[in-house]
Amino acid sequence: MKLTVNGKSHDIEVEGDMPLLWVLRDELQLMGTKYGCGIAQCGACTVHLNGLAVRSCQVPASAADGMSITTIEGLGQPEALHAVQVAWIEHQVAQCGYCQGGQIMAASSFLQFKPNPSDEDIDRAMSANLCRCGTYPKIREAVKTAAAKLRGEV
Amino acid sequence: MGRLKTITRRTFLVGSSAFAGGVAFGTFLANKELENPLAQNLKAGAATFNPWVLIDEQAITLIVPHMDMGQGVASVQAAMIAEELDLEMDQFKISFGVPDAAYYNTALAAEAVPFRATDTSLTAETMRGLVGSLMKIMGAQVTGGSTTVPDGLNKLRVAGATARETLKLAASVQSGVPVEALTTVSAAVVLPDGQRLPYTALANTAAQLKPVHHDTLRDPSQWRLLGQPMQRLDVVAKSTGTLDYGIDLVFEDMLYAAVNINPRKGAALKAYDDTHAQSMRGVKQVLSVTNGVAVVADNTWRAFKAAAAINCEWAPAPYPAEQADHWQAVADSFTEERLDKVWRDDGDVQANMAATPAVQTEYKAPYVAHQPLEPLNAVIRVGTERVDIWVAHQLPRFAQQKVAAITGHEAEHVYLHQQYAGGSFGHRLEFENVILAAEIGRQLPGETIKLTFTREQDFAQDFTRQIGMARGTGAVANGQVTVMDLQVATVSSSTSQGKRMDTPMPGPDKQITEGAWNLPYAIPHFKVAAYRVPELAPTSSWRSVGASTAGFFADCLLDELIHAAGADPLAERIRLCDEPVAKQVLIEAGRLSGWDQPLPPNRGRGIALVESFGVPVAEVVEVTNTEQGIRIDRVTVVADVGQVIDPINFDNLVKGGVVWGLGHAMNCQITYADGQAEQNNYHRHAGMRFHQCPDIVVKGLENARQIRGIGEPPVPPAAPALANAIFVATGLRIREMPFDQHIDFV
Ligand code: FES
Ligand code: FES
Repeated sequence: MKLTVNGKSHDIEVEGDMPLLWVLRDELQLMGTKYGCGIAQCGACTVHLNGLAVRSCQVPASAADGMSITTIEGLGQPEALHAVQVAWIEHQVAQCGYCQGGQIMAASSFLQFKPNPSDEDIDRAMSANLCRCGTYPKIREAVKTAAAKLRGEV
Repeated sequence: MGRLKTITRRTFLVGSSAFAGGVAFGTFLANKELENPLAQNLKAGAATFNPWVLIDEQAITLIVPHMDMGQGVASVQAAMIAEELDLEMDQFKISFGVPDAAYYNTALAAEAVPFRATDTSLTAETMRGLVGSLMKIMGAQVTGGSTTVPDGLNKLRVAGATARETLKLAASVQSGVPVEALTTVSAAVVLPDGQRLPYTALANTAAQLKPVHHDTLRDPSQWRLLGQPMQRLDVVAKSTGTLDYGIDLVFEDMLYAAVNINPRKGAALKAYDDTHAQSMRGVKQVLSVTNGVAVVADNTWRAFKAAAAINCEWAPAPYPAEQADHWQAVADSFTEERLDKVWRDDGDVQANMAATPAVQTEYKAPYVAHQPLEPLNAVIRVGTERVDIWVAHQLPRFAQQKVAAITGHEAEHVYLHQQYAGGSFGHRLEFENVILAAEIGRQLPGETIKLTFTREQDFAQDFTRQIGMARGTGAVANGQVTVMDLQVATVSSSTSQGKRMDTPMPGPDKQITEGAWNLPYAIPHFKVAAYRVPELAPTSSWRSVGASTAGFFADCLLDELIHAAGADPLAERIRLCDEPVAKQVLIEAGRLSGWDQPLPPNRGRGIALVESFGVPVAEVVEVTNTEQGIRIDRVTVVADVGQVIDPINFDNLVKGGVVWGLGHAMNCQITYADGQAEQNNYHRHAGMRFHQCPDIVVKGLENARQIRGIGEPPVPPAAPALANAIFVATGLRIREMPFDQHIDFV
């Protein structure tokens, strides 16, 4: 099967039911996408599939065939940050950081559709991502800052 | 020395009060300077001044041996060295270093002795000194007990100052300018004419010199880094997916392992059938390990799948199979025979108890799991001469010994490569991943193998927090609380943990009533007694340890007594408080939360104060009783750590601790059925979710004499403050965690 990951195309020969998460991590060595629960409960594995945030632990490789995938590494790099990452750094959101790639992927996808989100919108979009360290208050601030950045206000 | 080491090892403990008091050991050992591990295999031209600073022509490396599990200690340790060494935060690399006795924890002793944190009597200080020496002889390199800042603040600044003065001497040797005429700034020694000699260019000369020990430290008013907002060193990597945790490591030709272990913790595997698993794609080997099987494959997911496909016949649990029997064992422990220690006995509780006590209640705290988001893992390679293990561990030297015992190497030939941890909360004080990785590696010598736990295995093998109950009574008179009598019964996590560290924990377990016996209140008649429940399921240290249970019991009981007295919850706590630092914390929490502002109907405000790890923390929780359930609107937190060293991190850790304390009180428990935990993933043990998170207002005070850590102390007051708030909003007194057994949350 063929996957385009962060703009690069890969031919991959794996079982059709291998979750995309493990294709990314163990076949392509893209380690920014994390395994947290494997059952759609934590969001640590969030990536963009054709621009939409999905839980890669729930997407069988066969379903991603021919699709374009963006991982946290593809969203932005330390020397070329995405606005959401800039906001995350400004607010120093991360504690252990293990959930944060997934949080950023969730936020960056949702802000495309809701450039000016209310608190309720943010709640709805972000409550599927677990953070055991309890960085939620900082995530809320960072999402707001990121939205303002993407709107070109700051 | 050999025998002394054995004795001290056997009487050492972490997280418990009990230690063999009066152990005699030579002051020689306690005063001896420990060897610098950086001095071994030092490259030519490289200089090391102490175990924390290494400089060569290319780079400045600071060693930060406390494990970073998200609490930000990699940065703060480096900042403490950099402060005196005159480095900016981008002028050095950090390394976690190698496990070594030189990195023993100098602050743990304060926690281990049976004295109140504010007790500065000669006995208390002598005992702290004794235990401190014991930690040194043991080489107790431990991350835990919220000790990184208190452990490091002096010694790391001295390390920085010593390196700085030695570099100045090197510059003097090179330039002929007297040391007194030299200054340092931004990783360079500055000559009187303004010329800068970079530290890296001085390394070669410095390497020939004996380090100039310098322990006169700069006054905090001169600090450039400490006490100021700092950008954490790892924050960019953690926001771009470029920080590798242990689970992310990849080596050439690495194999991937998964395990299937008897979920009845500690019980054997009787028989298994791996016929199907053996034929699955990518499977290389099925191996026997303690109490289970391991699969080694060419991909993590394939290993997970094959491990789950092995049919296992398990032996029964070595503890009661059903949860009801655990609770019964706890309830049956309030007996003379199970009395562990009366920790506090002020006045005369018995004589002053009314015939009908004002309050007579029972409280419960369940087992809860650690479950940091990064599942347990380890990478191992067992060679003939050496073993390499890549793992995040809070007790790296104990972990080395665990590996050595399995592979047959000497502990010093076990190279433990410390990693960033994706959370811990106490989980990485345990050894399951380390032991299993070593057992797998021993059977496949020369191979590099990454073991990853599935979330389900991680839940099943988690050593939870202690389970406990409390019984409370008391009396009130003239609008005041006059008598409080609290009996706490929990299993001893210290004992359970000690067993797995091959370290007996003699004496009473301070953690059973920690957070209760040391309450800073002068209730005229005040008694706190600890009862030790016989061992049940294995338990361990869970963020804030004993105070997460006893603090809940004690503050809830006090709140009920204050209510019975008809007093104001805040005003009566302030009146009772007899420690100035804690009193100020209460007053400030009242002010900041707007305690005096009336609330509309269906809303409630609750306060709690618990002192743990020497830090008094007050939290005011505000809730609304909505149609969808309780909504937590706002939490105000005030804590006094003596001095806030890293303000951003302080704010993050306090907020995270509140979320941790509230979330587990709301909806988390581990219950056993058929000997196994019924909760096997986050859908049954969620903690707080984003939409449930309140606004959290944080303030740090700096009145305390002694500097303390903040990782754990914000946790214990959260649960009682929430229960107290729910009572005000609804009239319902919830006396057991998790609260969702009694009330819904939005
Ligand atoms: S790993 Fe996919 S949601 Fe948790
Ligand atoms: S930062 Fe640790 S889980 Fe979110």
